[in-house]
Amino acid sequence: MISNKGRKLMERIIETIFLVCAALSILSVIVITIYVFAKGSPAIFKVGAANFLFGTVWQPEANQYGILPMIISSVLGTIGAVIIGVFIGLFTAIFLAELAPKKLAGIIRPAVELLAGIPSVVFGFFGLMVLVPIISEYFGGAGNSLLAVIIILSVMILPTVISMSETSIRAVPSTIKEGSLALGASHIQTIFKVILPAAKSGIMASIVLGTGRAIGETMAVILVSGNTALIPHAITDKVRTMTANIALEMGYANGLHQETLFATGVILFIFIMLLNITLNILLRRRDGEAA
Amino acid sequence: MTDPSARRRISDRILTGLAWFCAFITVAVLAWILIYMIIKGAGHINWAFLTNVYKPVRDLYGIYPMIISTLMIIAVTVVIATPIGICSAIYLVEYSKPGRLVNTIRFATETLAGIPSIIYGLFGLVFFVIALHLKYSILSGSLTLSIMVLPTVIRSTEEALKSVPASYREGSLALGATKLKTVSRVVLPSAIPGILTAVILSIGRIVGETAAVYLTAGYVPNVPSSIMRSGRTLSVHLYTLAKEGISFDQAYATATILVVIVAIINFIATRLARRLSRATTGG
Amino acid sequence: MNMQKISTRNLNLHYGDVHALKNVNIDVAENQVTALIGPSGCGKSTFLKTLDRMNDLVSGVSITGDVFLDGLNIYGQYDIVELRKRVGMVFQKPNPFPMSIYDNIAYGPRIHGLKNRSQLDEIIEKSLRDAALWEEVKDRLKKSALGLSGGQQQRLCIARVLAVNPEVVLMDEPTSALDPISTMKIEDLIDELKEKYTIIIVTHNMQQAGRISDKTAFFLHGEIVESGETEAIFSTPRDKRTEDYITGRFG
Repeated sequence: MISNKGRKLMERIIETIFLVCAALSILSVIVITIYVFAKGSPAIFKVGAANFLFGTVWQPEANQYGILPMIISSVLGTIGAVIIGVFIGLFTAIFLAELAPKKLAGIIRPAVELLAGIPSVVFGFFGLMVLVPIISEYFGGAGNSLLAVIIILSVMILPTVISMSETSIRAVPSTIKEGSLALGASHIQTIFKVILPAAKSGIMASIVLGTGRAIGETMAVILVSGNTALIPHAITDKVRTMTANIALEMGYANGLHQETLFATGVILFIFIMLLNITLNILLRRRDGEAA
Repeated sequence: MTDPSARRRISDRILTGLAWFCAFITVAVLAWILIYMIIKGAGHINWAFLTNVYKPVRDLYGIYPMIISTLMIIAVTVVIATPIGICSAIYLVEYSKPGRLVNTIRFATETLAGIPSIIYGLFGLVFFVIALHLKYSILSGSLTLSIMVLPTVIRSTEEALKSVPASYREGSLALGATKLKTVSRVVLPSAIPGILTAVILSIGRIVGETAAVYLTAGYVPNVPSSIMRSGRTLSVHLYTLAKEGISFDQAYATATILVVIVAIINFIATRLARRLSRATTGG
Repeated sequence: MNMQKISTRNLNLHYGDVHALKNVNIDVAENQVTALIGPSGCGKSTFLKTLDRMNDLVSGVSITGDVFLDGLNIYGQYDIVELRKRVGMVFQKPNPFPMSIYDNIAYGPRIHGLKNRSQLDEIIEKSLRDAALWEEVKDRLKKSALGLSGGQQQRLCIARVLAVNPEVVLMDEPTSALDPISTMKIEDLIDELKEKYTIIIVTHNMQQAGRISDKTAFFLHGEIVESGETEAIFSTPRDKRTEDYITGRFG
């Protein structure tokens, strides 16, 4: 009897441990959010929200803390990367799911996974040594540019878009595909008019995920962007993203300067949160459709 | 009726061509990066490079300290994140009932997965390095990275647990075993390949991580005497070399090593994943 | 008197090593309902799919022999898209596209080049009326087809096929996934449709075959054991195997 109760107690304790571990995720998110906001928000008020978000001059030495150039660079870089990355990624996903001979798909899929695993510094270094000189030669200028950022980021989000889109396309029931073919549609017509629309939610989720990765990328961007804190007027201009801003100056910043870097982090965090919420809604819709 | 049909045939061909082309670009870019790095870097990798310490004043440019730092940070992170991740996954799969708590946990896990590494770096800096007085250290880096890889471990372990057939659990419970015994003696062992895959995937992420490590473990290019000391991982080293433009030869060599490590990790993980699916589908 | 709409001669089909259809010879007359009966796995559905070349989608399939539609060999120089316009198929499990009811029906005509809005509207109304579904959905054409009941979805799929104006409609166990009332509605529908279309229906429900078909063919192990007027097959089967199947001794 006693050992039975003892065993039951043990079970409860261990189950609680499991629960606590699972709850650590929630705790982490809360703690991270609190600390980032706590360290970053004061700066926004000290500098003034309008000055901070819409100020076009970033010169900490002169007490100027406007991050608009960084916001614009991040947004432009991300949009450019998403347009190129999603186009190439989606077509590649279509290829893998519907058009590729099995053996070829068996080579390309691991290649995509490998691409996903390559560290961002390696992409950045490659961009620095190969892409930047090419841009410099064909477009003039130093090569470090918004264009370089866009190209590198599109390559980096390809695996994300490809994997998730391919999975969503495969998840479309084959009966739908058969129905379309039986009506006299060609394979390509079936893919674009029936399968892709049916996989819409999953594909959009992959786009949002890719967007999140692009806007959050730091190291690769630093190495190819030129790091000039000015609003870009041409695609060959040097830029500095929000992420680069933080990483570059964190090493030596203190006082208000350091706080404004955290504040930049807060803004970035808000962008990401919004993307995450969108992603969640889309994923829930995708799973709902599959049911 | 032949006109729309001819039009359709042309657009079919264009779209098909586009799909082939995009797939080609994807593979070509990968090949370009890999081949370029390896060609430029392999020549500079030698025994001296791998075993020397890094002291430019004494003309020593080895990456031995970086290798050690990387191994240390991997080890500590895995030791911290794996048990927590497994326990979380066990809770989610075996014990929890659908409801607000589970949804919140899932939402939190997905959120963690979406936070960019620079934010983790900032957090790690404020919390572990400064607030907890752990200073720039392997430990600070590992604690930060643990939170980063937690979603990966949880997700993969969850999948592994879910793929254990219900019949195993039912059989065990029917024999009078408690839930805990069932989980620990029956379910968990079957899920080991999946858990291993999770660990290996995490290692891949850790190796590739730079921004978060940079801000928490620092970049001292010496062999850390303990996990309380700062260290420089391979990826941070590559970043430093590239950014400061010190030596591109060394950078290429470091990049090659990183790429090879990642390729090996990928290969092992894929093999494991295949064995896992074969085992549970009774292949 | 009735021209043979579809004829097969020495039709053989292999799935890899498996000889799934053995020397199938059959003539299907126009504007009639022909039922294909037989135990599961005996080749009825496989045979049906050879008639609109849906077997082409399966890898490892090899087909010898001829299938004629109005005298022309569909495995010769015949345009597959054209074939599938003339020979439509309704599947066992209703498979509406995840789109609106309107877009589901409009899909076929649009694929074949029709863009004119008012023409599409006409076709959609006509198809839905012919499929006995118009009254039930006319006020919610823009709503998702997935919101319909199983029986309604199947009638939608029938309407979808009718919208491309086929001559032959193939039905692969169209009511096996439906409740009795929906089944009855669709059987009534088939009876009406045969005035304009040639219908070939695979069914494992013998009573259904007896109710709605004019001709019946009995499949066993990939070959046609016996075929002829439905009444004759069911009341005076010539082959013992047919008799055994009909009286329920197997299958």
